[in-house]
Amino acid sequence: MTGVAIVGAAETTELGRIPDTSQLQLHADAALNAFADTGLTAKDIDGVATAGSTPVELVHYLGITPRWVDGTSVGGCSFMIHVRHAVAAIQTGQAETVLITHGESGRSGIGRGARGGGTAGLAQQFENPYGAMGPTTMFTIPVLRYMKEYGLTHEQLATVCVVQREWAGRNPRASYRDPITVDDVFASRMIAYPFHLLECCLVTDGGGALILTRAERAKDFPQNPAHILGTGESAESPMVSQMQDLCSSRAFRVAGSEAMRDAGIGHDDVDHLMVYDAFAHLPIYGLEDLGFCQKGEAAGFIADGNTRPGGKLPLNTNGGGLSYMHSGMYGMYALQESVRQMRGTAPAQVPGAEVSVCLGVGGMFAASGCIVMGTEATA
Amino acid sequence: MADLQPRPLPTPTPETAHFWEGTRNGEIRLQRCLDCDRTYFPSRPFCPACGSKNVEVVTASGRGTLLSYVINHRRHPSFDGPYCIALVKLEEGPTMMSNIVECEQTPDALVLDMPLQAVFERQNDEISVPLFKPAEQSA
Repeated sequence: MTGVAIVGAAETTELGRIPDTSQLQLHADAALNAFADTGLTAKDIDGVATAGSTPVELVHYLGITPRWVDGTSVGGCSFMIHVRHAVAAIQTGQAETVLITHGESGRSGIGRGARGGGTAGLAQQFENPYGAMGPTTMFTIPVLRYMKEYGLTHEQLATVCVVQREWAGRNPRASYRDPITVDDVFASRMIAYPFHLLECCLVTDGGGALILTRAERAKDFPQNPAHILGTGESAESPMVSQMQDLCSSRAFRVAGSEAMRDAGIGHDDVDHLMVYDAFAHLPIYGLEDLGFCQKGEAAGFIADGNTRPGGKLPLNTNGGGLSYMHSGMYGMYALQESVRQMRGTAPAQVPGAEVSVCLGVGGMFAASGCIVMGTEATA
Repeated sequence: MADLQPRPLPTPTPETAHFWEGTRNGEIRLQRCLDCDRTYFPSRPFCPACGSKNVEVVTASGRGTLLSYVINHRRHPSFDGPYCIALVKLEEGPTMMSNIVECEQTPDALVLDMPLQAVFERQNDEISVPLFKPAEQSA
């Protein structure tokens, strides 16, 4: 137990294509929705963390006077890491009530700062000259090695997307809800062999916000709390080419094991799992690196139905980045779904779910954050 | 073939200048720690394994194997058609990203663990990039 709970959680009013809203306003829309979720106002917030925008922009824009800020920006898992840092700040009295925001005009590009830039960084010197062009070519590059080492098949990789679409079909806010088959995945456009379009995440607009405070205050808020039971974070390399092991993420292993140890839980205690799925192989790596499956067994675990609706380990129950939404830094939406499952308000609610593990990735296996939540203050 | 733009070119830093000087001269230059004997890449003036600054620049053999890859089908202004972005395991141990040339850019032609040999593609007076081609199989 950490003694800290998420008492407010909300996404932007709309998700998907939001061409009339700037990125900064997406942060604010999510924050205002989180305020409404709690009954708090900007005056009640004394800590702010964000990525994509800066905490300075946020406090100015929202009218917050912070005594604690965190601008950790390591990609899509930044928000998991913000939760971890906020827990420490609240535990030590550096902050009482922390707001974490995400907003990203990933599809429409409204008010989005320049991306990339520079030619002298490590990735700019040692990856970009070879035509590496973002996640579709870099996040995907380890997989052929995994396939050779562990016998992962193209059908199994496609099945990850098929199963997640089943979850998305139960979620009215999911971008794509119609059922798909393995053949549909294979028939979709090749993006970067061996990845077809349906094995890659969406690119959409949206945002989300969380409000954390001391767990003993949780009863003062209208929603059921999501107690933070444990947290972990790590980082490995800014270059996917320099991963220690192409078949496993060191950052996943470090962040995941620390979060579960911190929570004092074992794998059998986990009722619900979120693994940031920018591409179809991410849930496979996550299941193995978190220790839910032995190395090489996660694809079979998914194909056998263990993670689908009614399975023993419901995974990515909002439909995931593959079918729900993916703005660019998806970690916030994985956290939102874990909170909904702990509140008992998810569209595809897992009956009786009491413990949720939420694993995020930043960059291309560059960083990770992991949060364990529970319906009670202790597991 | 559409008119292609130059590759995105690196700007060497003081710490990486020896690498790009090497490729200009047809060599892949790695670094080796004289204390723990580890050979490493990318360049930095200390050993990432033990922290020692007692390191030397070493010239790699240019031989490696195909560790993993993707074949990118999205348009890149510097590449014609689907092209392979590869991870090459160098004989000396480190892995580097590169392209595979003189080889069909297809899954059938690009076989994991196939032996590779470095070649160097001149971009301008300062920069040549290290690429790899299938190695001639010795009998």
